[in-house]
Amino acid sequence: MTDSVDPLMVDPDNGIISREIFVSQDVFDTELEQIFARAWLFIGHESQIPEPGDFFNSRMGTESVLLTRDSEGEIHVLLNSCRHRGMKVCRYDEGNTHDFVCPYHGWSYSTDGTLVSVAGELFGVPHYRAGYDRKLDRSQWGLIPTAQMVNHHGLIFATWDPDTPSFDEYTGGFRFWLDNLAANTAGERGRVKALRGVQKWRIKANWKFVSENFLGDNYHGPTSHSSVDAVGLGPGGKEAPTRHGDNKKPRSIGSTSFFDLGHGGVTTAGYAWGYPEFEDENMTTYFQQRWQQREQRLEAEDRPIGGLGPSTMFPSMSLHAGAFPRALIVAHPVGPTETEVWRWFLVDDDLPEDIESWLRRWYLRYSGPAGLVEQDDMENWDYATDASTGTIARRYPYNYQLGLGMASPSEVLDDAVESSYLMTEENARNYYRRWAALMSGASWAEIDQARGGK
Amino acid sequence: MTTASTSSVDARLATLLLKDELTERLHLEADLLDEQRFDEWLELLDDDVTYTMPLRLNVHHSDADRASTKEGDVSWFEDDLSTLRMRVEQLATGEHWAEEPRSRVSHLVSNIRLLSVAPNPMAPEMVEVGCRFLVYRNRVADETDIWVGRRTDTWRADTQGHWRLLRRHLLLDQGVLMAKNLTVLF
Ligand code: FES
Ligand SMILES: [Fe+2]
Repeated sequence: MTDSVDPLMVDPDNGIISREIFVSQDVFDTELEQIFARAWLFIGHESQIPEPGDFFNSRMGTESVLLTRDSEGEIHVLLNSCRHRGMKVCRYDEGNTHDFVCPYHGWSYSTDGTLVSVAGELFGVPHYRAGYDRKLDRSQWGLIPTAQMVNHHGLIFATWDPDTPSFDEYTGGFRFWLDNLAANTAGERGRVKALRGVQKWRIKANWKFVSENFLGDNYHGPTSHSSVDAVGLGPGGKEAPTRHGDNKKPRSIGSTSFFDLGHGGVTTAGYAWGYPEFEDENMTTYFQQRWQQREQRLEAEDRPIGGLGPSTMFPSMSLHAGAFPRALIVAHPVGPTETEVWRWFLVDDDLPEDIESWLRRWYLRYSGPAGLVEQDDMENWDYATDASTGTIARRYPYNYQLGLGMASPSEVLDDAVESSYLMTEENARNYYRRWAALMSGASWAEIDQARGGK
Repeated sequence: MTTASTSSVDARLATLLLKDELTERLHLEADLLDEQRFDEWLELLDDDVTYTMPLRLNVHHSDADRASTKEGDVSWFEDDLSTLRMRVEQLATGEHWAEEPRSRVSHLVSNIRLLSVAPNPMAPEMVEVGCRFLVYRNRVADETDIWVGRRTDTWRADTQGHWRLLRRHLLLDQGVLMAKNLTVLF
């Protein structure tokens, strides 16, 4: 394994990126060290663990972590590996417990504040007296907690690195996209819930294909998804002048790239197009009202109206921040050419039952492995990865020159650029700029300095 | 139903014939799907068809009720007739890249049992059939998927007495789906 990666592999200024970074085991191993062990990663939604003792088995990079709620209601993220010999202390996807008892030799870890001082502390040790002579310092052998954790209006994020910039600094203006993800259709933050069940599936593609897709690849839509246009997947059905998304979406709405932070989205912060029209008029009326409420709230709270649509938070969490759909996806690395994709679906916590059920069924036929839209994405990501692994193929870099030199500073956000033409690879170029900065092995302070103290 | 109470030979014979008829239905369906005669397959569906495949979860065995997702939760499929039609239409566009070129698929069904017959085997109108499925997909060159699980179907006789699929509930025996997509109809 190398500590850092050759900067020549990534040349965002000229729009040239080596195929190596999508197929090489060395690069992959370095990513685990320099990116996944340092970046803020999405863990889960608060509504998945509403009660004390609730837990959800999540994942950071290649590793299993437990999202828990302790007896005082506090949320924690703990590495799911016993400190004795590493056994997974929990192999359930979800449940409720205050102690994780290791099935190997029986060490137990507690999240009950009346028994231990820190959640995840080692509590029970078989033969503690006779075998360890009571000398084992239990306070030193608890489950490993993440270094930082944040609850952003119900969205839980964590990082292993104590030096990682604060979540606010790390996300910058991208927080408006996260706000929209965490807000109901009337714009009120913290008013969504995760539907029970996370879709998890394996693809034979490099994890960055997933991020890049949602980050700003409007270019792939007309070709990759031509078949869904034909069948009328949009909320307005077949008659609506629609592609696979929202029937009011204008042809060109620009895209946003956080040039130093690496995040990006396929729309801009200052522009939005309202909710779609539905085949069912009642739904159209309902969502028109919600849109008006949203406009009022956002204005009162001084939040920009846009920041909807597909987007990616560096490195591996992608989202649809609007309601059609409102979902998020995390690309968990497995190997250079294999990724485990997790997809959550979020809905307003106060929708009429029939509307929630309509949305759920619509989400499911849109996204995920059985989704009419997403099926074709995975075909492309997999075979693109496959055809890039060969000795000859690896000699030739990918082209990222679409929209080169065509972006200008955002008028709404001070840390982003916007491309006025919908189709651009500006977002990807800046994503890989950020990727290269972390992969260089530079410290956070050095990375910050290289930004020119911006 | 073949129970102790159905003692007459006639009733037992009727059950046997019914089972044969529905077994034939399942085998016909498998052939239509594997021969990509999707429009003909759609003809086998009731207008009110529901087609569901929940997610499977690892939970404590005492919590078995939560071992798969329920209605209202996330699933792999929660389709009605219009969505199933859309899937077939999408396949027919020739631009559905995930199935262009088409995959080679074989459906095997076994362990077929009649779980309930209403009102009775002599004059059946609604039959619940349980089976196992094994769906094999080979794609392009070396891409291979095998899906195995349990299926519970409800078949309803239409006005002409033909069996139409009213409900299909699929329990796939995979926690993490080990395939990139589910372009196959089960
Ligand atoms: S590995 Fe957990 S107690 Fe030994
Ligand atoms: Fe796509």
